[in-house]
Amino acid sequence: MDTIPSILFRSIFVDNLALSFLLGMCTFLAISRRLENAIGLGIAVIGVQTLSVPLNYIVFNLFLAPGAWRWLGLDIVDLSYLKFIVFIGVIASFVQVLEIVLERYFVNLHRSLGVYLPLLTVNCAILGGSLFMVQRDYNFNESVAWGFGSGVGWALAIILFAALRERVRYSDAPRAMQGLGMTFLLCGFLSLAFTSLRGMAG
Amino acid sequence: MMTYSSRLISDPVVRQNPVTVQILGVCSALAVTRTLIPAIIMSITLTLILVMSNVIVSALRHQLPHSVRLILEMLIIATGVTIADEFLKAYVPDIAATLSVFVGLIITNCIVLGRAEAFAMNNPVIPSAMDALGQGLGYSLILVLVASIRELFGTGRLLDYQIFELVSDNGWFSPLLIMSLPASAFFIVAGLIWLSRGKSIQPLQAQWQFESHVYRGKI
Repeated sequence: MDTIPSILFRSIFVDNLALSFLLGMCTFLAISRRLENAIGLGIAVIGVQTLSVPLNYIVFNLFLAPGAWRWLGLDIVDLSYLKFIVFIGVIASFVQVLEIVLERYFVNLHRSLGVYLPLLTVNCAILGGSLFMVQRDYNFNESVAWGFGSGVGWALAIILFAALRERVRYSDAPRAMQGLGMTFLLCGFLSLAFTSLRGMAG
Repeated sequence: MMTYSSRLISDPVVRQNPVTVQILGVCSALAVTRTLIPAIIMSITLTLILVMSNVIVSALRHQLPHSVRLILEMLIIATGVTIADEFLKAYVPDIAATLSVFVGLIITNCIVLGRAEAFAMNNPVIPSAMDALGQGLGYSLILVLVASIRELFGTGRLLDYQIFELVSDNGWFSPLLIMSLPASAFFIVAGLIWLSRGKSIQPLQAQWQFESHVYRGKI
């Protein structure tokens, strides 16, 4: 749990946000019906997660953490209870800025990701990444590694899942299980597969 | 009026269940269901936040400027979640530790924002409160069911009472390891969907319509 490589490995495979903490499931289930869309969303998540977790780290430690206002002589001020509102605000405005920048300078990328970016504001995996960063007391480098790793883990999960799901569409399931039921079952098997990697984490 | 409001409460419990039929708020529904007590606390918390946000959004619905309404709704929800989180930390610290980040993640729970956007923005206060209560009950039902199954078969206990005698105590039941893994939550929800769909097969489209409505609102 200490070194950067181990944080990366854990965040991608063992503590996979989608499959072991079950975060971001709404988007996960809604956007995984086609592989291309899943890849687009996965890339968007990696980008937003890698940048928003360190950004929230900086904001948290500059303004909210206990003792952050010591330089003003306000030793006892502890604003960490405001972290929910501040994090969601940071994420929402960051996604907005990212969208404007992409629209101006990377038109093609914006065209393929544009639809998914606003969705990420309300994706629990993004907010959850920042909240786990606070809960586990990561330092700056660790929070970069955690942000990147958890983004990659989520993207990996949704891409695998979308590929599987395209196959299952043609399966002959009982009528009541078609669609949603099979989706959940498939998610369960994928999650089981990721669980078996747990033994590899040192 | 009476029948209308009672339908607002009873419909989402089974027929229009937010989790199994509308696929909203699945994330937290699955993640906190390893044991029953945190699931119950989570259900109560979510229901209260849902009622609060629906009532406030509905009361302010003529004042909220349309273009920034989503951010304002998020702010209202986040305020409620902050209060709930501080309250839980103060009065039930053990359970707050088990729930860890999942109380905070109620902010991004699609049920809360979805109901604020789809119902409270267009309806008066009392029906909004009823609707929130119904959706909260539907969510709680799934959470409690999944958590009961997982705790009973994963540990042989329910709410700290030993229901099945364990092999290690000269009983007959050996706990199923899979119930403590996140994967089991998926399997149980899949089973519940099978049960609820099997009785009345609805057009599969309906489930996505609601969700895409919510997503369109965000874009």
